[in-house]
Amino acid sequence: MRPKQVAFGLGVLVLVVLPFVLSDFRTVQLATVGAYFIAILGLDVLTGHSGQISLGHGAFMAVGGYTTAILMANHGVRDLVTIPIAAAVAGGIGLVAGVPALRLSGLYLALATFGIAVVLPTILKKFDHFTGGSTGITLFGKPTQTGHGVGVWGLTNNQWLYVLTWTIGCALFLFAWWLLDSRFGRSLRAVRDSELAAAASGVNRAKYKVLAFGVSAAFAGVAGALFAINVAYTSPDTFPITLSLYLLVGAVVGFFGSIWGAALGALLIQFLPDIVGLIPHVDPKQGGPTTFFFGLVLVVLMLALPLVLRVASRVANRGYLGAR
Amino acid sequence: MALLSVRDVTRRFGGIVAIDDVSLDVQPGQIVGLIGPNGAGKTTLFNVITRLYRPDSGRLDFEGKSLLRTPPHRIVRRGIARTFQNVELFRTMTVLDNVLVGAHSRTRPFRGGAARGHVQEVLDYVGIAGVAHRPVAGLPFGTLKRVELARALVAEPKLLLLDEPAGGLNHEEVSELGAFIRKLREDFDLTVLLVEHHMGLVMGIAERIHVLDFGRKIAEGSPDEVQRNPAVIEAYLGADASAA
Repeated sequence: MRPKQVAFGLGVLVLVVLPFVLSDFRTVQLATVGAYFIAILGLDVLTGHSGQISLGHGAFMAVGGYTTAILMANHGVRDLVTIPIAAAVAGGIGLVAGVPALRLSGLYLALATFGIAVVLPTILKKFDHFTGGSTGITLFGKPTQTGHGVGVWGLTNNQWLYVLTWTIGCALFLFAWWLLDSRFGRSLRAVRDSELAAAASGVNRAKYKVLAFGVSAAFAGVAGALFAINVAYTSPDTFPITLSLYLLVGAVVGFFGSIWGAALGALLIQFLPDIVGLIPHVDPKQGGPTTFFFGLVLVVLMLALPLVLRVASRVANRGYLGAR
Repeated sequence: MALLSVRDVTRRFGGIVAIDDVSLDVQPGQIVGLIGPNGAGKTTLFNVITRLYRPDSGRLDFEGKSLLRTPPHRIVRRGIARTFQNVELFRTMTVLDNVLVGAHSRTRPFRGGAARGHVQEVLDYVGIAGVAHRPVAGLPFGTLKRVELARALVAEPKLLLLDEPAGGLNHEEVSELGAFIRKLREDFDLTVLLVEHHMGLVMGIAERIHVLDFGRKIAEGSPDEVQRNPAVIEAYLGADASAA
């Protein structure tokens, strides 16, 4: 067996064991981590492999989340069924967003996508008859909720959410792994590295860049749908601007856009604020986590990561940038 | 019928006429040289043929059909592959992956692995099979040129455009390269159009040579004819008598 297959097997093993050793509260937290994990996988496809930066992936998660919420609450569609629909809707919007993105790159693309994340809460509040406005949509106790109250297969509700999220997470990881290993993934990296040489080799730059946006947004849509199912609620504040920022941070911390670091990035998004929150605030009158230390930890991570990865890649004698 | 036919092609950049009313034919199976002093428009012509630049006027036919409605990424499927002057590789990828991208137009979506057999043969042929799994970043320049050549070959082109293949090579390597390009033509059933500054190489292998100067074609003929052509001597010797 190759090292990557071993790593994947170990990862699945850990995921299976965790709910047996962790509390119900931690289990449902890890379900949320699973949703972040899926969104980061999508961002890995887009930013890590196709080289397009998105600071607006929280918005694609919101599209997925609201698709699920509206279908569950207003149209009597069962939660599981809404997940592929959320992927399709977010993916479709991603494809559309990918077309103007062709004209932008680097920082300009980052700012443009950030604009989407900034505008989205306002749009959600504006169409309140559809989205529930600021109040949002509650899904708790809806008949379309799988196993609500009674649980599924003898699992508690939280365990069920964990199983659901991580089953989809593992499936999507395998899908991303296969996709990025195929001609499709190679073409994305080719366009990222040299548009000239890619064109001369027969790779259609526009097609692959737009498809990367679509695939990536579809992942985010699934993540948003699972997020909504996990918390049984969506509102504009469920998908704040900071979510988009954290997702990109998670993708970068996760080995610079490699899917093999997605779990690390997802754990960071969920738990770093908690860990940093243990450090007492400089001003004891203020509550809440200290954003100062949160920022500090990120800066240190960014500085330390390239070094760690360079050493690791020298050990493995393989490049890490653009690694699968 | 000519494999490639360039007719009255002009390309301007702002006020500069990079290619001025150039016509040339490349016959099937030939090795054709394209020479000229720096800035003569040789690479620009390559970029026009591969559709990276749109000509302002003129015609461009390949196998009797126009290239002008073919988008850049479909040129290779029409049968034209190229290398670049300063090596244009996918720098984060391995040698193998670089070459596999070259087979893009010969594989179906999601079945990139289907070309691996052929790619392996070409890696062996070009002599880089030993570094197949190394990232291209950090490999010597000569090796990178081979990677680029392998990437062009796996596309199974009819016409191969080589932009300064001798650039960066030492004297001995250049003479090997000449023999290698000839062998390539036989083994891959190619027609070759090459831009080259190394006169020894061009004169040694090309059957036909076209000379550009300041965007205009000033001469064409066999190596002997071109070397005796007064306009060519003027263009090369003009100010600097050591250039020829």
